[in-house]
Order: sequence, then C-alpha cells, then structure tokens
Amino acid sequence: MVMSEGTTNLAGADDFVTRHIGPRPADVEHMLEVLDYPSLDALIDAAVPQEIRLDRPLELPAAGTEYDTLRAIRDIASRNRVFRSYLGMGYADCIVPPVIQRNVLENPGWYTAYTPYQAEIAQGRLEALLAFQTAVSQLTGLAVANASLLDEATAAAEAMAFSVAVVKKRPKTPVFLVDHQCHPQTIAVVQTRGACRGITIEVGDPHGFTFGPDVVGALVQYPSTEGKLEDFRSLCDRAHDSGAIVTAAADLLALALVVPPGDWGADVAVGNTQRFGVPLGYGGPHAAFFATSEQYRRHLPGRIIGVTQDAAGRPALRMALQTREQHIRREKATSNICTAQVLLAVMAGMYCVYHGPERIQRIAERVHRLTVGLAAALHRLGYEIAHDAFFDTITVVTDAKRAAAVHEAATAQQVNLRPTSSTRIGITLDETTSVEDVETLVGIFAGDRSAGTSVAQLADQTPSAIPADFARTTSYLTHDCFALYHSETEMMRYLKRLENRDLSLTSAMIPLGSCTMKLNAAAEMEPVSWPEFGAVHPFAPREQTAGYAQLLEELGSYLEEITGFHAISFQPNAGAQGEFTGLLVIRAFQQAHGEGHRNVCLIPTSAHGTNPASAVMAGLTVVTVKTDARGNVDMNDFRAKVEAHRDALSALMITYPSTHGVFETTIREICDLVHANGGQVYMDGANMNALVGICRPGDIGTDVCHLNLHKTFSIPHGGGGPGMGPIGVAQHLTPFLPDHPVVPLNIEQSCGTVASAPWGSPSILPISWSYIRMMGPEGLTQATKIAILNANYVARRLVGHYDLVYSGRDGLIAHECIIDTRPFKTSAGVDVTDIATRLMDYGFHAPTVSFPVAGTMMVEPTESESKRELDRFCDAMIAIREEIREIEEGRTDPEDNLLHNAPHTLEDLLTDEWNRPYSRERAAFPTAATRAHKVWPAVGRANAAYGDRHLICTCPPMEAYELAAHGVE
Amino acid sequence: MSELPDDLHYTEEHEYVKPTDEPGTVIVGITDYAQGELGDVVYVDLPDVGTKCAQMDVFGTIEAVKAVSDLFCPLAGEVVEINTSLDGDPALVNKDPYGEGWMIKLQIQSPDALTQLLTAADYAQHIGE
Repeated sequence: MVMSEGTTNLAGADDFVTRHIGPRPADVEHMLEVLDYPSLDALIDAAVPQEIRLDRPLELPAAGTEYDTLRAIRDIASRNRVFRSYLGMGYADCIVPPVIQRNVLENPGWYTAYTPYQAEIAQGRLEALLAFQTAVSQLTGLAVANASLLDEATAAAEAMAFSVAVVKKRPKTPVFLVDHQCHPQTIAVVQTRGACRGITIEVGDPHGFTFGPDVVGALVQYPSTEGKLEDFRSLCDRAHDSGAIVTAAADLLALALVVPPGDWGADVAVGNTQRFGVPLGYGGPHAAFFATSEQYRRHLPGRIIGVTQDAAGRPALRMALQTREQHIRREKATSNICTAQVLLAVMAGMYCVYHGPERIQRIAERVHRLTVGLAAALHRLGYEIAHDAFFDTITVVTDAKRAAAVHEAATAQQVNLRPTSSTRIGITLDETTSVEDVETLVGIFAGDRSAGTSVAQLADQTPSAIPADFARTTSYLTHDCFALYHSETEMMRYLKRLENRDLSLTSAMIPLGSCTMKLNAAAEMEPVSWPEFGAVHPFAPREQTAGYAQLLEELGSYLEEITGFHAISFQPNAGAQGEFTGLLVIRAFQQAHGEGHRNVCLIPTSAHGTNPASAVMAGLTVVTVKTDARGNVDMNDFRAKVEAHRDALSALMITYPSTHGVFETTIREICDLVHANGGQVYMDGANMNALVGICRPGDIGTDVCHLNLHKTFSIPHGGGGPGMGPIGVAQHLTPFLPDHPVVPLNIEQSCGTVASAPWGSPSILPISWSYIRMMGPEGLTQATKIAILNANYVARRLVGHYDLVYSGRDGLIAHECIIDTRPFKTSAGVDVTDIATRLMDYGFHAPTVSFPVAGTMMVEPTESESKRELDRFCDAMIAIREEIREIEEGRTDPEDNLLHNAPHTLEDLLTDEWNRPYSRERAAFPTAATRAHKVWPAVGRANAAYGDRHLICTCPPMEAYELAAHGVE
Repeated sequence: MSELPDDLHYTEEHEYVKPTDEPGTVIVGITDYAQGELGDVVYVDLPDVGTKCAQMDVFGTIEAVKAVSDLFCPLAGEVVEINTSLDGDPALVNKDPYGEGWMIKLQIQSPDALTQLLTAADYAQHIGE
C-alpha cells in the first residue's frame, strides 16, 4: 500500500468520544428513523425548548485521546510533592492491601454498581457492608452501626441532630456541647449545621460542661485532637442524669487497644475509617461511621444493611428501615444523607476481613510502640510532651522560636508536622511509619543534639502510654468472616465470590432513572490509584499541592463554562450536601442584604426527597408546589404560592429537566417570578446529563446548582458512593461559598464549613477532569444528544406495550422516561416489584422503582449504552409485558407465576421436584442472551417486612447460613 | 372492601375510636382500610403512658415497609395505656386492626366529643367504599 502525501491525520488516531458513546453512526441513523426525525439535531430541536438553548459551542479544550490525556494528568500529578505527613486530625496514612486495591478499588465489578436497592442482585456488597457494620459495631462497643456516612465532621453533625431527636427533653433552643479538643474541621461543621437548625453550640473543656435543661448532648474527641486519652465516664454519668446523650468522635485504630466508647458510656460513636486501608486522597473519599446503642437504632441516619429471609426462608441481606430515608419522609426526615461511601466502606470492611483481630491489634500496637519511642526520645531531648496518656499522637510543647526551627527542619526533610499553635507541634504516626521514619523525626527535633539511644530501644523499653484503666479488655472482629480469609488466595476468592453475586455495569446496563449510570472509563479511573493523588494529606501545605491546585482550577473552570456560573465550590461530598450548601449560600447572601427573615423554600411535589430534607436542615420552611398531569410545575399553584409567601420567599428548588424527565418550557418564567419576589433559584443538577453543551443553568436564570459528578461527569457510583456534589453559583453568591478552618480559602462572607476536607473528595476529581478533556466540547454535547436519543428510542420501543406517565412536546422526553406499571396491579395482580425482580431473571437491573411516581419505573439509558444493549433491555421489558398478559388473560396461575416467583435462583431451579405451572427454562432463560451470560440472583425475593420487624444489622453467626443450606430454619 | 364495624367512630385520618366499658376511656387504632393501604407494618412508635394530647396532635408514627405515617389523636385526652404487644409483633395491626392491633387507650376529656367523629357510613364514603 502506498500512502499518498498529505492525507495522514497526525492527531491521535484513537478518539475517546466513540469509546464513551454507545451507538455507532449507523445505529444513530436507524434509531432516528424509528423516531421519524431526519437528523439528531432535528430531534434535539424538537425535544429541547429553543428558548433555553445555548447558541454557541462550549469553550473547552479540544478532545484528547486516552493516551494524551493520561500523559497530561500525569504531568499534573507530578506537580504534587508527597511529603511524609504526620498531621493527623482524623487522617492517618495507611497501607492499602494490594489484594483489596486490585480487586475492589480498581475493579469495575465493584465500583460500577449502584446503591443496593435491588437486594437480590446485590448480596455481595451487602455482605461486605454487613462486615463493615459489624466491625464498626464491635470496635466501638455499640450495638448497631450504619453502612457509612460522608465524613467524620458531617457524621458528628448528624450526631447533633440525632441527639435533638432521641432525647426526651424538648428545649426551645437546644444546646449541644462540643469538646474544644475535637478536630477543628469537626467543630466548624457542627457549628455551621447547628446555626441553621437553631441549635446553640457551646465549645469548651468537657470537664467544665454543665448539663442544663436545654442541653441535648455533648461531643467529645477520643483520643483528643492533640492525642490525649481522656476519661469521660463521669461526663457520661452527668449527661445521662440530665437526660442528655454523649457522642464520641473516635479513632477506629485506637479502639483496638483502648476501652471503646460504648463501654465507657457513650451513646453514639462517629469517626473516619480512612486509616483502615483507604488512601488519604487529599481529603477523600473515605467512609465515616456512625454507631449507637440498641435503644436508638431506629434513629440511625443513613443506610443500614439488615438481615432478612428470602421467599424460601434462606438468609438474605437488604437495606433495612428505608422508611427513615428522605424519599419517604421528605421534610420530616431528620437527615438528608443519601449517597454514602459504599466503595470505601467495602474497602475498610475488607481490611478488617483480611487482617482479622490479631493483625489489626498488631498494627495498632506497633503504631503505639513507635509513638511511645518517639515521645521518649523527644523527652530525652528536653522537650515537653503535653499529655502522658496517648495512642498514636503526641503534642510537643516548646517555644515559638524553636517550634519554627523544627518546622523548617521538617520541611527540609520533606516531613509535615502539625503546627497546632505557635508553641505546640502535633505528630501523628500511622501504619506506614517505620523505625527509620521515627529516627528522622527525632533528628528533626534534635538539631545537633542526640537522644543518646535508638528509637527501637526506647520503643521497646518505655512503658505503654495507655494507662491500665484505658486498656481494652473486650474482643472485637469476632465473626467468622474476620477469621477465614487471611491468606491472599482465600481473600482473592472471597472478594471475587462477593463480586460475582452482584450486578454491575460489567454485566448489563443499569437503566436507573435519575442516576445516570454511564461509562466510568478505565483511563479516567487510572489516576485515582497514583500515590501523587492518593498519598497527600488533606491539610498538607498548599505549596506541596500545586498539582491538585491546577486540577481544581482547571476542572472548576470547565464546570463554570458548562454551567454558566461564576464560581464552583468543591466542598460538598454528594448531591444532597450540595443542596444544603447551596441553600446556605443563598441564606448567607440574604442575611448580608438585610433579608435574613426570608425562610420559605418552594419545592415542587415531584422533587427528590433530599430537596425538602436539605431545606429543613438549612432552617427553611418547605412549601410544596403542585405538579400538573404532565409532570410540570402547576403554574397557577406556583404563582399563588409565590404571591402568598412573597415577603418570606427565600428560594425555589427546582430540578431541570424535571424529575419526570421533561424539559419544562416555563423555566425562565419560573425563575423570573422568584427573582421578582426577592427569592433565589436553586437548581438540582441531578439531570444535568440532559443539558451539557445544549443548555446552561446559569443562562436560564438559576442562581445555584449542584452537579453530581458521580452521575454526569463519570465518577463511578461505587455501589452507593463515593459521590461529589460541587455547587456552581452566580457572581453575586460567590462571596458566600464554604470556607475551611484549617486550610483557609479566603471567602469573604462564607456560609460556613460543610465537610471535613476543604475540597471534599479531591482524589476522584481526576475522573471528571479526564472525562471532560477526553470528550472535548463537541464530544460532551454529542453525549447529551445521544443520551436524549437513547431515552427517546427506548420510550418509542416500549410505547404500545406500556404507557408512559409523562412526556413533553411532540411526545418527546428528555434523557429519561417513566413507564406506568400501575394498571397491572388490578389487571394481573402484578406490582412494580414483581417486574423489577423478574428483570433480574432476564439479567437486568431494574430501572428506578417508584420515583418520582409511586408504582412506576423510570428508565435512563445514558449515552454509553449501545443500541444492541437498548434493544436487549426493551426486548426483556416487552417479553415481561407478554408474561403479564398471560396472567391477565387467565392463561396462567394468578398467584403461582413467573412474576410473583421472581427472581429464580439456581437453587430454586435445580431441585429434583419442580411443580410450578411453567418450565424451568422459561424461568431461567427467557431470552437467548440469558443463555450466554447473566448474573444469577444469589437469593430469592428478599422479605422486606420480616427484615424490618426483626432488625439485625451485624453479621449473623455462620451457622445460620449453614443450617439454611440444609433446609433447617 | 375493608371491614368497618358500625359501633366505632372514625376520623378522616383513618384512626378509629372504640368506646370501652369504663366511662371516658376509649381505644384508638387505625382502620382496616388504613392498614391495607400501608401494607406490612414493621414498627409502631407509641407515646408514654401519661402523655396528654390535644385533638389532632400527633401521638405516634406507624412504619410500613415503604411508607410511614403519623398517628393523629382523634380526641383530646390523656394516654392511660399503650399496646405493648405491638413492639414485638407490629403485624398485629395488619392481622387484627380492631382487636389485638389496637394502639392506645385514651382518657378523653369530654365523652360528648365522640359525636364529632365520623360514623362508619361517613367514613365509608370518605374512602370511597
């Protein structure tokens, strides 16, 4: 072959856009024919109202290949300087066991799954989360634990709200006491959250706490931020005598050696599990924990995994007590926590499984020994150590001049020490600290002197700094799962066994409406594991983090361009936290303008449940606005409500396109009306995947919007977290964005602090950065258009078989559609759960069930699914419709049928006796594709009522499984 | 059709009031229709004995698998007894709403107030049966 001159394209040959987008050009043509539109642009013109369209291309860097983009992010990473950080404050470096890093963190089988609402195809991560809950419960000495929260500081704020809810007293202005020795970021978040809830926060020395009639609870740090082990037994007695409760913010590794909070009287324990095998990541993501005693279990915030039975009486796991969540309780919810940190909780849980109690204890003892050795050496050098009783953190007291010299020497050795104050230096050791590291530390403090003896010797000879009355005597990690998988072979197989029980994007599309389960590309994920991003302490000095600064700056500017906003705050760790933060910013703006009395938040009835829950948390009164028959805001009701509350109107929260998947044409009018009456518009960006490149929230009149980077911008769902919920704001709101007490962001009139870390979870931001850089402006816009095409194609294929609940102009929808499954309840006795579980037999994860309309299903295919996969899904839905018809027409048993008995497990099908009125083949292989491959449901239909009535949320004894396997109850 | 005993009084919020032999003391629970709409009841949160409620005060909450609802006090009065069996077996509300699934005994302030409540026929109309 002869290549002619001048025809070779020298740009990278392998573009990413066509890797990210599912349908091939010929498929797009075909799908447009089915929809009867001459071109993709014609479809978009018809589906998206002209008046909201962006009339120019996005101004973003041109698309890069995977190879080039990885090189570019490698350059950014190399600008971070990874020092040895002994900064502590709730973060300690750790060793991620490679077997967990490779099989969980870097494995799409784990990170592409969704929150385990469909329990029967999520038993693997439910089991992993149950191990996490069990580990937390046993280490803290408290009976029940949840399946993670976003970070330690928000967990402490949840504990504050929890205290108000569970105590018997009902003071008008509740008071919450906070130990001044809590981590500074925890105090800041509790203060921010308390202020808007009307809770008075009093920070002080816990031994001086007075439990007056208005005090609902106290928060203490254990060990303290300076490392001191403090005895809080009498404090608990005083609190309890007054009818208040006590929360301990605890270090999980310390609890391996010291008396756990549950044993000294604490009612709640919260904390970070980061040091259990999760990288520092400049702040996150990490899983926080929340544990409490049996009597308060129904008030636990967040998601809880519980044990129940399946249809055949076998043990099955599921998310328990879902009625506590905001999608049910809405403005009555006591918390807005939704997305948590499942992937990180799985990693921490598996760290416990892999190490078991002996090895965890050994890790803790080693860290303690080294700390003792360090303290002894520094003492010999003449330094004063502030506290005698400690675990892994010491505070050195010296004069300001010497402290400055020490910090300077440390920096020269690429070591970070905590400048607790001008005369106090904090040092926190961790799992990665070696004897040589401690020698280096001693050298930094010694200057030209010598401690006279080796650290190893001192560590060996000096008595423990954990006094006898603090020494833990109770066992932990006692369940079999913490004893069986200590060799790597066993661990690898255990992780794979769990993974194979779950349906993730590695097996099939997950058409969850409102969740945007798009591709999480391997190239986007790769930088997450790099130490230049992973090993940076959240409070590392900013001169060491130029790479992160560049990443935040660039990604921020891309998101500003995409949203049309003036500034971005990366602090909120999930969508719901973004909502709360956005409302706080609005309130701070209004207060600064003498409009602090405005406290009404309008929310359409179709809104996601986190909206009203967030509004209440921000101290607002929720007034709901009706939606009309098409799922749009009822304009008459809206005008009436605005009119009625015009003097008190603070904000409108609106989702665009609507939660019903419709582009409302009245959006500008809605925004104008709110502004004309003194309010601000908060846009829920959950559906941003329908807007990127074709419409900008800032242009249509909204003032704040959160972005779910874990939906639209390719961060994986991780099986229920991590999330990232940065907010974009218009210029007038910029001075009110969140700030941080440890890493000042210099925000003039900040609304406060909403998360532990200044930029939320930065280690996953390379994912969104890479996504935007590899897609480029045209690619991002094309993705939006294909997302809309895919949704409309699915809707068109299903119409005739199912009714759609809502649609917009020309019968078109945005990027998702709602299928009406309600009529089958009467016609066939089939409900939406029957269809959802039957889809598992077809190898699929159900669409979103019962949101935003009870009894229906919402489908969002995203742009990443190919036409082949869309057809496979539609074929399954249509086949299920025929199965329903068989019931409707009396051709099959109204009770004993394919839908009611779904899902069918291998065990169900491989029994010797089969006496159901349909064949095994129809049950298990309803389509040809299922013969080739499908994820088998690990258990039959999980009994929700049984699990909620008999709540068990720690691992049941192994015998329960064995007996069930032998058919014994 | 749900069961609607004639000798009970009802509210629009789906509570029933059953007079007892002791004057001024009534039993309160939720109707058969309400338990059917809620589905499997998993938890009932009841007030302490001695709690005083005004009419329409929330006296507790009832949780089913997929829904949660406040319980409204049909008449002003003082809680004199609660059904502690519901703690261990909340399904009693589903199985026997008018019998073993009762919730609280209320000492009402004015026995005449019973007449303010709906009759079985009124309530049947209210729920469209």
